[in-house]
Amino acid sequence: MIMENNTSMRHILSLLLENESGALSRVAGLFSARGYNIESLTVAPTEDPTLSRMTIVTSGSQEVIEQITKQVNKLIDVVKVFDLNEGRYIERELMLVKVRAEGSEREELKRTADIFRGRVIDVTDRTYTIELTGPRDKLDAFLEAIDRSQILETVRTGASGIGRGEWILRV
Amino acid sequence: MRLSGAEITIQCLQEEGVEFVFGYPGGAVLYIYDALFSQDKVRHILVRHEQAALHAADAYARASGRCGVALVTSGPGVTNAVTGIATAYMDSIPMVIISGQVPTPAIGLDAFQEVDTVGITRPCVKHNFLVKNVDDLAVTIKKAFYVAMSGRPGPVLVDIPKDVSQHMAEFSYPKSVTMRSYNPVTKGHSGQIKKAVQMLLEAKRPMIYAGGGVILGNGSEQLTRLVKRLGYPCTNTLMGLGAYPATDPQFVGMLGMHGTYEANLAMQNCDVLLAIGARFDDRVIGNPEHFCSQERRIVHVDIDPSSISKRVRVDVPIVGNIVDVLDEMQKHLDASEVKPDAVALKDWWKQIDAWRARDCLKYDRNSPIIKPQYVVEKLYEVTHGDAIITSDVGQHQMWAAQYYKFDKPRRWLNSGGLGTMGFGLPAAMGAQMAFPDATVACVTGEASIQMCIQELSTCKQYHLPVKIVNLNNRYLGMVRQWQQILHGNRYSESYMDALPDFVKLAESYGHVGFKIENPADVEPILREAFALKDRVVFMDFITDQTENVFPMVKAGKGLSEMLLGSEDL
Repeated sequence: MIMENNTSMRHILSLLLENESGALSRVAGLFSARGYNIESLTVAPTEDPTLSRMTIVTSGSQEVIEQITKQVNKLIDVVKVFDLNEGRYIERELMLVKVRAEGSEREELKRTADIFRGRVIDVTDRTYTIELTGPRDKLDAFLEAIDRSQILETVRTGASGIGRGEWILRV
Repeated sequence: MRLSGAEITIQCLQEEGVEFVFGYPGGAVLYIYDALFSQDKVRHILVRHEQAALHAADAYARASGRCGVALVTSGPGVTNAVTGIATAYMDSIPMVIISGQVPTPAIGLDAFQEVDTVGITRPCVKHNFLVKNVDDLAVTIKKAFYVAMSGRPGPVLVDIPKDVSQHMAEFSYPKSVTMRSYNPVTKGHSGQIKKAVQMLLEAKRPMIYAGGGVILGNGSEQLTRLVKRLGYPCTNTLMGLGAYPATDPQFVGMLGMHGTYEANLAMQNCDVLLAIGARFDDRVIGNPEHFCSQERRIVHVDIDPSSISKRVRVDVPIVGNIVDVLDEMQKHLDASEVKPDAVALKDWWKQIDAWRARDCLKYDRNSPIIKPQYVVEKLYEVTHGDAIITSDVGQHQMWAAQYYKFDKPRRWLNSGGLGTMGFGLPAAMGAQMAFPDATVACVTGEASIQMCIQELSTCKQYHLPVKIVNLNNRYLGMVRQWQQILHGNRYSESYMDALPDFVKLAESYGHVGFKIENPADVEPILREAFALKDRVVFMDFITDQTENVFPMVKAGKGLSEMLLGSEDL
C-alpha cells in the first residue's frame, strides 16, 4: 500500500493553465474533493493572455504529492504542472500589514520594517501600513518581531514561485 | 453555410455519426428539439426520466464501444441527469451530454429552471464546457467527442444557453482538433514493457488481474492471447468480466469482496502480479495494508497515470494503450529465450486447483424455495451464455456476476464504480438499441427495478423487447445481508412492504408478466419468456429471503479473510 510513514513536506506546485472561466474552480475543486491540503493558491494571467500561471503551496508525503501532481495534470484545462521542490527555486510572497503606530512605537516600527526591507506605504497619525515581500518565513518572522497587539490587519497574497537559473516553465 | 446554434448542434452529431440521442425536451432545448424534428439521421429516444436517458446512452456506449449521447434541458433536466453522469464517470464511459441552459443574459439571475450546470457536474465529468458564443459551438462539440473518447474515456458535458442555440453562425465542422492542454499518452514505455516481461517470466506464482480498462481499450483479444501463451491464472474484476473468457480453465473467477476463493487467494499469494486496466480499489483488494503484507512484485498497465500507485505502490508502472502494450509484450515474449518456469507453474496450479476444489459458489440446489443463484444459472443456460446482461446494484448484481459466465467483452453492463440502483432497465434499453437483434436481459431486484420502473413505457414506445429477471426477496438484500452480518440482525428499514403486483404492472404497460414461485417453474418460464422475441417480459421470481452472497470479504478485511457461507457467520 501507499505508506504514509514518510514525513509530510511542504511543496510548491507551479501550473500553467488555460485562462478560461472555471479553470480555477476545477483546480480548487479537485483539492477539496480529494482531501488535499492547500496552504495558499495564487493565480494571474501571464504575458500570453490565454494562459494563467498558478502557484499552489500544499503539503503531503512524497506519494500524496505525486498523486496530486498526476490528478492536477489530468485536468483538461491544465497545460503543465511542475513541482518546484524538484529543483532550486525562488519563492516570494507579498504582505500588507496595518499596525498601530503611536508615540514611541512609530520609530521602533519603522526601524523593524527597515531591517526586513519593508516599506511604509500609508500613514495616519495612529497607523502605519507596511509592505513586505519575501519568502513565507521572512514574513512570519516580521510578524513575530513586532508586538502582536499592534497588528490591526494583515493581507498576504500567498506564495508565487519560479525556478532558479535557466530552467523555464512555459508552453 | 449559415445555421442556427440548434442546427449546428444536430449537424455536429450527424458528422460524428451519432445514431441515437437519448433525451427529454424542455424550455431551454426547444430550438435543439426543433432542429432534431426536421432531420432523420439522428434518432431521438424519448425516455421517461433524465436519469434513464443517461443510463441508456451509457449502456449504448458500453455495449457498442461508441460514444453515447444524451440531451437534457436546463435545471431539473440536468440535476436528474447527474446520477447518470456520475455513474458513467466512475466507470470511464465515453459520453457526450448536451444540456440546455437559460439564455446568456439571464445566467446568474436565478432564472426559471436555471442551475449552475458546469458547477454541479464539474466533479463528475471528464470535462465540461459552457458555450457562450455560437461561433464556438461546433469546435466545442468536436472537442467534447475527442475528449470523451480518447485517453481514459469519460463523460463530457456541453452546456448550451438558449440564445446560443437560436443565434446564427457560419457552420463548418472541424475534421480534427488539437488541444495544447490535453495529449493523452498512448504508447507504453518500451524499456518498462521489457522489464515487465522479464519479471513475468521470473514468476513462480504468477497472477494476471484484468479490469474494465481492458474492455474499454478493446484489449480482450490481446489479453486472452497473452494469458494463454503464458499459461498463467487470470482473474477479472466486476468491471472486467468478459475481458477473459469465463469458461476457460485458466480463468479463476471474479475477485474481490464477493470474488471466488481461488481468485482471492491467488491474488493474495502470487509473487508476480500483472494488473491491466484495473485500479486496486477497495472492493477488489479489501484492506490495502493486509494486501501489501504479502510480498509480491507488481506490474501495472493503465492509460491513466493517476490510477497507478494510487492505493498500492507498484514496481513497474506502464502508462499506455492496452492493445499496444500487450502487443509489445507479445513481441518481447517471441524474442525471449526464457520460458515460464514450468515446474513452479505446475505447483502453483496444483495449489489453485486445491482452492478451487472448495467449490465456493455451491448453494443448496434442493431448496423448495427458489434460490437466486439457480435463476441466474438457468438464465445462462437458456440464453446459451450469449445474452447481453445488465444489472442493478445489490445481491442480484453479485449473483449475476458470479453465476453468468461471460465469455466475451461488452456483454456485462453494470454500475460497478458508483453502484447506481436504477441502472439496469434503462441500460438494457441502450444495449438493445445498439444491438436490436441481441438477447438482452436485466437481472434486477424488486427494490432496484422500482428506481427506474417508468422506463417500461419507453420499452413499449420503441419496441425494445428486453427481458427482466427480477430476483424478488422483499428485502434490500445486500443491506439486509450487511445488517445480519455486521449489525446484529437489526434489519433497519431494509424490508419493503407494499410491493406492486409486478405482473399486473408489466401488463399495464402493455408487456408480458410472469410470477414464479416454484423452482421447477424457473427453467420453463425462462424458456417461454425468451421465446417471446418481440415482447418485454417481466419475470418476477419469488426467491429465498434469507439467501446471502458468498464468498464475502467484510469491509476493511483482507482478501484472504473470506466468509465462505452461513457456517462462517
